[in-house]
Amino acid sequence: MTSTTTSGSAAAGTVVPEVTFIIDDVEVSVPKGTLVIRAAEQIGIQIPRFCDHPLLKPAGACRQCLVEVAMPDREGNLRPMPKPQASCTLEASPGMVVHTQRTSAVADKAQHGVMELLLINHPLDCPTCDKGGECPLQNQAMSNGRATSRFVDVKRTFAKPLAISTEILLDRERCILCQRCTRFSNEIAGDQFIDLQMRGARQQIGRFDPAVLGFDGGGELPLFVGADEDGNPLTRAEGMRTAAEAPERPVGPAALDESGHPFASYFSGNTVQICPVGALTGASYRFRSRPFDLRSTPSVAEHDSNGSAIRIDHRRGVVMRRLAGDDPVVNEEWLTDKDRFAFTWQTAPDRLATPLLRDLGEDGAPGELREASWAEALTVAAEGLAAARDGAGVGVLPGGRLTVEDAYAYAKLARTALGTNDVDHRARPHSAEEASFLGHAVAGHGIDVTFADLERSAVLLVGLEPEDEGGVIFLRLRKGVLAGRTRVFSVAPFASRGLARVSATLLPAAPGTEPEVLDAIGDASDPDLAAAAEALNGGVVLVGERLATVPGALSAVLRLARRLGARLAWVPRRAGERGSVEVGTLPGLLPGGRPVSDGAARTELAAVWGVEKLPSTPGRDLTGILTAAAAGDLRALVVGGVDPADLPDPDLALRALDRAFVVSLEVRASAVTERADVVLPVAPPAEKPGTFWTWEARPRPFAQALTSTALPDHRVLHALAGRLGTDLGLGSLTEVHTELGGLAAWSGARAEAPHVAYPEPPAPGEGQAVLATWHTLLDAGRCQDGEGFLAGTAPRPVARVSAELAARIGVGDGDPVTVSTEHGGITLPAVVTAMPDGVVWLPVASPGSAVRTTLRVDAGAVVGVAAATTDGEQA
Amino acid sequence: MASYDAQTLARLEADAAQVVARYPEHPRSALLPLLHLVQSVDGYVSPAGIGFCAQTLGLSTAEVSAVATFYTQYKRHPNGTYTVGVCTNTLCAVMGGDAIWAELTEHLGIGNDETTEDGAVTLERVECNAACDYAPVIMVNWEFFDNQTPSSATALVDALRAGEPVHPTRGADRVVSFRETERVLAGFADGHANEGPGAGEPTLVGLRLAAEKRWTAPGEAGEPDGPAGARKRGAKREEA
Amino acid sequence: MATTLTPVLSKHWDAKSSWTLDAYRATGGYQALTTALATDPADLITAVKESGLRGRGGAGFPTGMKWGFLPAPDGGPRYLVVNADESEPGTCKDIPLMMATPHELLEGVIITSYAIGCHHAFIYLRGEVVHVYRRLLQAVQEAYDAGLLGQDVAGSGFQLDVTVHAGAGAYICGEETALLDSLEGRRGQPRLKPPFPAVEGLYSRPTVVNNVESIASVPSIVRYGADWFRSMGTERSTGFGLFSLSGHVQRPGQYEAPLGITLRELLDMAGGIREGHELKFWTPGGSSTPLFTAEHLDVPLDYESVGAAGSMLGTRALQIFDDSVCVVRAITRWAEFYKHESCGKCTPCREGTYWLVQVLQRIEAGKGTHEDLDTLMDVCDNILGRAFCALGDGATSTITSGLKLFREEFEAHLNGGCPFDPAAAALFEYASGSATGGAGTVGA
Ligand SMILES: Cc1cc2nc3c(=O)[nH]c(=O)nc-3n(C[C@H](O)[C@H](O)[C@H](O)COP(=O)(O)O)c2cc1C
Ligand code: SF4
Ligand code: FES
Repeated sequence: MTSTTTSGSAAAGTVVPEVTFIIDDVEVSVPKGTLVIRAAEQIGIQIPRFCDHPLLKPAGACRQCLVEVAMPDREGNLRPMPKPQASCTLEASPGMVVHTQRTSAVADKAQHGVMELLLINHPLDCPTCDKGGECPLQNQAMSNGRATSRFVDVKRTFAKPLAISTEILLDRERCILCQRCTRFSNEIAGDQFIDLQMRGARQQIGRFDPAVLGFDGGGELPLFVGADEDGNPLTRAEGMRTAAEAPERPVGPAALDESGHPFASYFSGNTVQICPVGALTGASYRFRSRPFDLRSTPSVAEHDSNGSAIRIDHRRGVVMRRLAGDDPVVNEEWLTDKDRFAFTWQTAPDRLATPLLRDLGEDGAPGELREASWAEALTVAAEGLAAARDGAGVGVLPGGRLTVEDAYAYAKLARTALGTNDVDHRARPHSAEEASFLGHAVAGHGIDVTFADLERSAVLLVGLEPEDEGGVIFLRLRKGVLAGRTRVFSVAPFASRGLARVSATLLPAAPGTEPEVLDAIGDASDPDLAAAAEALNGGVVLVGERLATVPGALSAVLRLARRLGARLAWVPRRAGERGSVEVGTLPGLLPGGRPVSDGAARTELAAVWGVEKLPSTPGRDLTGILTAAAAGDLRALVVGGVDPADLPDPDLALRALDRAFVVSLEVRASAVTERADVVLPVAPPAEKPGTFWTWEARPRPFAQALTSTALPDHRVLHALAGRLGTDLGLGSLTEVHTELGGLAAWSGARAEAPHVAYPEPPAPGEGQAVLATWHTLLDAGRCQDGEGFLAGTAPRPVARVSAELAARIGVGDGDPVTVSTEHGGITLPAVVTAMPDGVVWLPVASPGSAVRTTLRVDAGAVVGVAAATTDGEQA
Repeated sequence: MASYDAQTLARLEADAAQVVARYPEHPRSALLPLLHLVQSVDGYVSPAGIGFCAQTLGLSTAEVSAVATFYTQYKRHPNGTYTVGVCTNTLCAVMGGDAIWAELTEHLGIGNDETTEDGAVTLERVECNAACDYAPVIMVNWEFFDNQTPSSATALVDALRAGEPVHPTRGADRVVSFRETERVLAGFADGHANEGPGAGEPTLVGLRLAAEKRWTAPGEAGEPDGPAGARKRGAKREEA
Repeated sequence: MATTLTPVLSKHWDAKSSWTLDAYRATGGYQALTTALATDPADLITAVKESGLRGRGGAGFPTGMKWGFLPAPDGGPRYLVVNADESEPGTCKDIPLMMATPHELLEGVIITSYAIGCHHAFIYLRGEVVHVYRRLLQAVQEAYDAGLLGQDVAGSGFQLDVTVHAGAGAYICGEETALLDSLEGRRGQPRLKPPFPAVEGLYSRPTVVNNVESIASVPSIVRYGADWFRSMGTERSTGFGLFSLSGHVQRPGQYEAPLGITLRELLDMAGGIREGHELKFWTPGGSSTPLFTAEHLDVPLDYESVGAAGSMLGTRALQIFDDSVCVVRAITRWAEFYKHESCGKCTPCREGTYWLVQVLQRIEAGKGTHEDLDTLMDVCDNILGRAFCALGDGATSTITSGLKLFREEFEAHLNGGCPFDPAAAALFEYASGSATGGAGTVGA
């Protein structure tokens, strides 16, 4: 009865024996280890269930999925098991005979019995419940429940709804205690922000909330009572402190987060989605819609380079919520809270609807922006660009959030209509070394490392904080680590909670010393470095985009990968970056990884594009473009979605924008708009179709979710090019796809690998430290605008100081500390952290911590650090 | 969330280190004893104590309160100096536990899990405490007071409130305070183990009867060191 | 009378300072350990198998067989965990044993650890017995001081540490997998089986969980042999056990006797039912076992016979109620216990006990209906065998058996409430009315 086949679900090549058994008189063969409930699904038999979830470990808690089972004994005689069995915990075994509710009165009675018990304390408030219409409890009560209840006594009631965080609300009386939410928090995210509380009939889901749990002096219940105009939650809540009410000193990672903020999770929204009843709801969606009024469009999230599958639920042109799509290859069924909740930025009040033009005032100085027709705006834009093109030149800054279709249009516009290689989508710190690295090791490489590989490899993280900058990457790493197949190493200044939850081995590096540490991997005298070398042979190196700020680091990464035989993948933060590298929005790269410097590459591409030749002058990178524009050496700029505050030198950017003729293609008014001469509104992701590439190089096409008159960038650029006398040929998505599809893979040489020597790491003097900095997942980024509920769960900004530094400047946990340069200072509460001596860490762009605008430096810089003089003042 | 003053914290940390050391490589096992330890300091599981345990063991506070609110011995309000637990599980209840309970609530004017104003007594209904042969039973700070009556119970609580020492039937010479008890439950011996009897009368009733009747396990008669061989005597059931 | 008492475990409970190492040694204590340490561990397991000893914690699983389930040593740790949670209503044998002679348990722990290759054993004691905890802590300390624990147990080279761990009040922690979770610092909620503790127990390592009395019986088996042990009891329920009589008997207490003794015999020894009353109902093995009545006085108290008569031997906790007791009151109170102690993990037990209590309280208060009686039976049917662990099953035992045996008494409550005077059942005189049995909410 036991045969073997190669199972699709198992790791490639592993042979999993099959077992054959019988469900409802139907013979089924499934791989050994398959649960009966899943085997039944395969033959179309739906066994009701609540606690079961395919991505969580079996719990057997709700007892809804009971079936009748008989097993053959040693002699092969069928022996009925004395009790009905939970099919969600029972593995199929050879010769087993299962009767579900369809063929067994016992199973049917058991299921009806459990359903009745589940409902005795349920409020049956479906008409006012968010889950009504898409509720597994409601559905299964109809299909597998009794028509009436015999329960006539007193139901359990609770005060409601509790605010678990600003974003997650809990109606305890609806909860059926399936524990999916707590199991998700524990098994998947690894941040148990909620757990089962109390016992027995009073058992409930919750965080440690003294008021809810009845601790002495617990204060008022954190009842959600709505939101203010800005969407900020209003509660009668002790647990949800504002910054001003925070305790004097951080209580530690376990109680509140290290800043004294109530502990929340980056993945908390998943609990709402997997809750099989309406017990957990999102504050922003609560009471806003009914599932049957919604239209759903599958899509791809725009917030990072993971390309998570999402489902956009909208009603009459308005996005009401986003859910995780089910994509086993990428995000499985999970999403970060940012991908789930941050979508209102696309419809923020500052959304641009019509083209704008800036007329010159009487004195010749720039005047106010006024609305204009597309025709007028495009004409003015083209005139300005043509003049600049024929003079000092035009620079193109597409930004990193574009679809490949849009990015490709920028790449082509620059090389054809504008005749320049001065194009760079990197709206962030970057370097020439990075450009070489991308040309050499990233562009044109196709899919090499995948999400699935992260579940079964040794992985070295360099310049990449997996939870803050990787979202779904973090979940995959954790899954692999828990299964014992993945081992994580990280070159980083400190072991974050995220690293701890993937049991990472920290290879400590002060900013600037990363190349040194990378070169030292394999050093037999250090057990961790030696172990890393051994494990990573054949493993994976994930490099974050911010490694560009460390001279020599990307060169060292390439050396290391070669030396260890490890595969390499580059993980940018933004959704558009990987695709943009591919389609040629870097100054030295044409589409497909063709080096600009390669004559054959230019000739090949010129032929495809139907132009005589392509510009051969090496292009400037973003900083080069801005420097030239500020100096008058470039006269015009075409700017996509770029926020000057994200740039290495925001001040330089503003000066460049002030001086040049600026054509801005933007979704929402920004600091660029304020300085633009022509503003051309473009569509946000929900209003256009397109494709993002994941960091793996996996194309993630998505359809247009909302009907819209807004145009995608490539169509605007096509029209603009037309006015410049060039037929870009990219007026429709089909044209773009046809052209991209027709591009042969580049068979010539790749760009040279960078060989940048690393300088001596900076030596901070008295009162100084070396700055480490990166973005937290939730921060002050513009794409999170308008979502106060989400913002409330962001970690509160802190300055991490190494113990040595803390002692040197005399600060302890919670004391305000000021980090400064000649340009300004940032004051945040200190958290003393195990880090290399003389290091201070700040979040790049959190409230009160705008590193680039305020300090105008980046990671690796020497900054001043001192105990703050004005007590508690936070910038 | 209040935290501890430096001195208390230092003491707690030193004690906690000892508790954690009992579970090499598995610090989380120390959570139950640590919660007892917190009660020995605060007289209940205080929010600060939850934070302390979480920090000591690297858990979230939700995980710690999940445990603290599961077990009935962990109190969420400051406990009186003495927990007076009346067994009202079926057997004790029927034998008189219900009457004792009624008497005590009336006498003290408090209900379940409430504390007298003087902070001396917290009254509690307790489940079967493995002393059914001594029913009705009262536990004072988890020491046995066997074979109680309403009047013995009121006398008991009066003594407790008057600060007079009370003597368990089977236990230490006198009942120590709630906090001291909790320190023992955290695993810190308090030197009272040798006090009190080894057993009460019901525990010994079978033994006494056997001695009187000269009943022994097989092969045991007259041999203080036990049977030399399997001389079947008496014990085996004879089939009728 | 056919059966006599056979004091083995209880034999020295009356010794002076019986709980001390000196007293225990004076009565031959730790001699079995010497024998054991000179024996091949496999032979010890065989001896326990041959003795027929079955777990004394309630389920009656053969102890030697359980030890034999441990996988072959793989170099990693394996554990012995003694279940000293004793919380099943009516059960009161382990606590007095540990109070009187903790070394008796400890000797069993050391021998068992040696037999199964365990180097760190745990005794999980319910938290509500502080004096027993003191004595166990002291016994362990004495054993360390005497070289019976530690790096070199009694000079044999065997290494063993023992940790006594106090619980914090939760009946469910007596269930062995809930106990393990509790010992790991979690909520005491039962685990999915398989894997069984023998394969993945404490800290996911092979683990033996045994009841106090089971482990305390091991030294005597080592000392006097499996045959000796088998010479007591019945064919399939061998040896002796503590029978705990409580309630309306003249001399409640511990009676150590061979398995297979009857309640009639035990009652005889205990001086009979309370003067002027008659036996009404009793539990053979704690509140999780279906009720018996006077009809069952001659059922041999061994696993097979009690099972055949429709109940379970359980922990031999014989709670005896005479005719003064209202069975509805008793059953309602037990139901309240199970509701209070349900861990909350699974639906049938958590919600079912919540419902049962409300229905029973209504019936007891005279507000029930005939349908309620049917509902009770059916809700029990929906819990029994549907719950995650045996706690749910236990919650239904007295209800279903009680309804079958005493349906008229339930019906008598339907109009007008309880016909019994609770004062008549108490062991002391008091004016009833001031203290009615009433439907209390235990603990809540
Ligand atoms: C709800 C419940 C409570 C239990 N309580 C106890 C207990 O207090 N003591 C005990 O030894 N076994 C108890 N058990 C039985 C244990 O699960 C387990 O069978 C026993 O400890 C095994 O030891 P033994 O084989 O030596 O009897 C309980 C079982 C259940 C389902
Ligand atoms: S809140 Fe929802 S997911 Fe969590 S236990 Fe309750 S029903 Fe299950
Ligand atoms: S789905 Fe099987 S027990 Fe919950």
